[in-house]
This record gives sequence, structure tokens and C-alpha cells, in this order.
Amino acid sequence: MKILNFLVIIIFSFSFNLSIANDKNLNIKITKNLRCLICQGQSVYDSDTEFANSLKLVVANKITEGMSEKEIYQFLKTKYGDWILYDPVLNQKTYILWLLPLLLFLIGGAIIFKNLKIKKN
Amino acid sequence: MKTKILLTLTAISFLFIFFIFYEGLNRSNIYTPDNVSNEKVPLFKVKVFDTDNEIISKEIFKNDIYYVFNIWASWCIPCRDEHPFLMELKKNKKIEIIGLNYKDKVKNAKNFLYELSNPYSLILSDTDGTIAIEWGAYGVPETFLIYNGNIIKKIIGPLNNNFFKEIEVIVK
Repeated sequence: MKILNFLVIIIFSFSFNLSIANDKNLNIKITKNLRCLICQGQSVYDSDTEFANSLKLVVANKITEGMSEKEIYQFLKTKYGDWILYDPVLNQKTYILWLLPLLLFLIGGAIIFKNLKIKKN
Repeated sequence: MKTKILLTLTAISFLFIFFIFYEGLNRSNIYTPDNVSNEKVPLFKVKVFDTDNEIISKEIFKNDIYYVFNIWASWCIPCRDEHPFLMELKKNKKIEIIGLNYKDKVKNAKNFLYELSNPYSLILSDTDGTIAIEWGAYGVPETFLIYNGNIIKKIIGPLNNNFFKEIEVIVK
């Protein structure tokens, strides 16, 4: 019986530590993808400003409350707009940003393909 | 023929890049979100300044009254500059001013109000800055005009004569 109790305690503490570690990793992942709006070119994770420190706390609280990564991004987007995210969403304002590299890649590929064909002939 | 096409393409690319950089130069690098007005007042639980009592946002903001919600701190220099405007707004009986004391020491905040006098009908305490984030604030000072549970104006930075007049016009 004592061994069983001991095993239950070990398994419980292990899973508890694991969930804390997962929460910490998620917090780091989210804050690395958030732009510090009052610093130049720094993520919230890298910044030590009052704004960034408060935002780190808010993200940690939201994770504890059980919010998913997407829900946290959505919450922050309603407060600060799309600019808060380093990973921009595809919308009317950003479609050139997303489609231009693809377009250039296709044009470049077509030119290379054409040149190779000409050389072969 | 081929060189002509290449030259034209290069010229167009340079013009395109020049236009983008030129546009970028004229834009402000201070970011403000587009849709800040007509947002609902956030739901939050907060401590009342210098007490152990907690209050819910729904209990603070009632209908048919204009609320000026001001985020301030004793260590914030622009908060001193805007203080006379808050004192003027206090005279308007249609407005109630609520303060959110941001990351401050109680003693310093009390001294600040003792020195400059208190425009707030209620002061809330945000010791870790998380309540300010719920409001979508960047720091101090920031001011929100609220009516019927909606944020109808957001002012980033200190109040000035223009903002003061704007608020008076909206409240009239």
C-alpha cells in the first residue's frame, strides 16, 4: 500500500511538473511572436520594458485560465490590432506581402525553365 | 530588344522600390491601432487604491454618465502636464473621472495627489500593469472616454487643450 501511495505521488508530481514546463514553453513561444509595440524591433520575450513585462504576465495568466494559443492571439489582436503579431495574417492589407514572393518565385522559375529549354534545343 | 526589355524591367523595379521607401519615410513610426473607438469596456476585477477591496468593472461604469478613465502614475512626468486638464474636467457635472494608478507606490501616488489635488471620484490600483493591457494601453498616461459601456474615444499620451475641448464637445 505504501509503495502504491509513493508511486501515485511520484506520478502526480511528475505530470504536474510536465504541465508547468508545457505552459512555460507555450508562454515563450507566444511572447516570441508578439511585437513589443513601444520598442524598436524587439519581441515581447526579448524586451524588458514595463509594457512587455505586463504583457508576459497577461499571457501567463491567460494560459493558466486555459486559453489556447490562437485565442490569446485573437484577444491581443482585438486590443492592439494585427501589428502586435510578428506572423502577419493574410488579409486585404497583407496579401501583397504574402503573394509577392510566390509570384517572384514562379516568374523566376519560368525564366530558368525557358532558358534551359532554349539551351537544350 | 532583349537589353531594352531588361533595362525597362530594372527601371520599373527601381521605381517600385523607391516608391515604397518614399511612402515609408512619410509614415509615422508610432503605431496606433485603427479601430480603437466604440469598443466595449473590458471585463476585469481590480483592487481599489489603498484598500483591500476588489471591484468588478461592471459595478464601476453605469449608463447615461460620461466617464473619463485615466491611467496615471506618480513617476510619469507627462501625467503632471495633463493634471490641470483633469482638474478642469472634474468641474463638468456630466463627467466622472476614474483613475487607474499604474505600477506605482501608494505613498508616492498619495503625495502626487496631495501636491496637485485629486480629480478622481474613484481610484483603482494596477500594481502589475495587467489591467492596463486589458484596456489595450501602452503605458502612461492614457485616457478613455466612456459612455454606456462603450469606449468612444482613446487618447494615447497626455491630455492637451485640443483633447480637452474635444471631450467637452462630445459631452455637451
